[in-house]
Amino acid sequence: MTSSSRPMPGLLRSLFSQAGSIGSFGGRAILVAFRPPFEFREIVRQIYMIGWRSLPLVATAGLAIGVVLSMHTRATMERFGAEAMIPAALAIALLAETGPLMTGLLVSGRVGAGIGAELGGMRVTEQIDALESLAVDSFHHLAVTRIIACMIAMPILTTVMNFSGLVGGFLSETAVSNVSFQLYFRQAFAGIGFTDYVPPTLKTIVFGFIIGTVSSCMGYTTTGGSEGIGRASTRSVVFSSMLLIVVNVLLVRMIFLLFPEGAL
Amino acid sequence: MTSTDQAIRFEDVTKAFDGRPVLDHVSFDVPRGQACCILGRSGTGKSVTLKLLLGLLKPDQGKIYVNDVQIDSLGSAALVEVRKTIGFLFQYSALFDSLSVGENVAFPLRRHTRMSEPEIEKCVRERLGAVGLEKEIERMPLDLSGGMRKRVGLARALALQPSILLVDEPSSGLDPITTREIDNLLGDLKTAGKTTMVVVTHNVPSVRRIGDKVIILHEGHVLAEGTSKELDRNTDVVVQQFMNSEAEVEHAI
Repeated sequence: MTSSSRPMPGLLRSLFSQAGSIGSFGGRAILVAFRPPFEFREIVRQIYMIGWRSLPLVATAGLAIGVVLSMHTRATMERFGAEAMIPAALAIALLAETGPLMTGLLVSGRVGAGIGAELGGMRVTEQIDALESLAVDSFHHLAVTRIIACMIAMPILTTVMNFSGLVGGFLSETAVSNVSFQLYFRQAFAGIGFTDYVPPTLKTIVFGFIIGTVSSCMGYTTTGGSEGIGRASTRSVVFSSMLLIVVNVLLVRMIFLLFPEGAL
Repeated sequence: MTSTDQAIRFEDVTKAFDGRPVLDHVSFDVPRGQACCILGRSGTGKSVTLKLLLGLLKPDQGKIYVNDVQIDSLGSAALVEVRKTIGFLFQYSALFDSLSVGENVAFPLRRHTRMSEPEIEKCVRERLGAVGLEKEIERMPLDLSGGMRKRVGLARALALQPSILLVDEPSSGLDPITTREIDNLLGDLKTAGKTTMVVVTHNVPSVRRIGDKVIILHEGHVLAEGTSKELDRNTDVVVQQFMNSEAEVEHAI
């Protein structure tokens, strides 16, 4: 038997199969999203559940990341006597990459696991069948609304992460150099342009789509009782985080192609 | 009898899972306003039959008519319209656990009617009152007993006043007294004569109380059908095992 006709290893086949089902799930979600009923009430409820309830986690993480990044930046900048550049360096690092990616990973952990387990539980306890029996399109009502809510919540959460990161950086800096709030933020935003902030923040809409689609797909297609719910929850986090990191590489490359002035 | 006298028609329906046939060329019908009980051992396709009737599953072969509409070939939008005429009481109630009892019953009213909130609340109280649970309107499903959950499930299934009610194992996990209460509620519906019922059950006393017509499914086929008295006279060994099972249980007790 030649190598080309050898059967695909189980793990690889399973990975391709999962990728295929996530892809078709996302494609179906895009098509269904433009069909009535538009489920505005459920989308608002999901934005509250996904966005508002993630705020404390994102704000706290942002603050801590800001402090840590500021300490690292100071340690490097001091060597070159460029302490005045610390706020700008921190702002660019945070706004262009760290803020969006960290928000994506945090949300995929908190929200992805939640959606995977919630929809998995609904599948196992026949609540999804109950929705269908009540003449409700369960795919639209459960999956599409969560995907849209993730897409709306992500840029907002990223903005919160960026701001709290800058506040964390300021707290760290002011403790060392006694810099004022106004001066710190003036220096931080002095070097920030459109391409450093807007495209990286908007790319998180794609992150939201990935998190919503992967976790909804894992939960909605759950089989196998409580073990299946656990599996759906874990896979939601693992697959959405992995996909998010890989897609981020492509998005950054695309941003540099579209906005060459942003490339360092 | 013309087709319009039948609320439900199964014509030569076959359904298999992973190559294993669960229903094999099954045909039966349910006259409008009557209660049909489906008996059979576990895994003989009783619940599958209900899911086929609701369009949750598609048959591999055969035709399914609900109120003279062939549902097996319908698209999702048309299927939604058919489902508005069908209520489904699930085996474990399948209440939405993030919503209160009142919100569960209000859910289909909010989705499919133009009723105002006060009208919806009045209607919800009526439906819950009919199953004796008006006082539980604010409670969450997880705080209720199995019997109470089943009654809330019934109130939700009847919220839109469907012409057909599908019931999956109404006595599953319930004590005999609560089982009788659920049977009485279903019996009241039957007496009102506006609702066609298909009840899947293992419980022969329930069948005798509720069923105008009884179908016994065995190994993917309709083994026997008729009234419970007709089946009592049937000489088939398996039919007799089913119909006499309550006497055996009583004897064992």
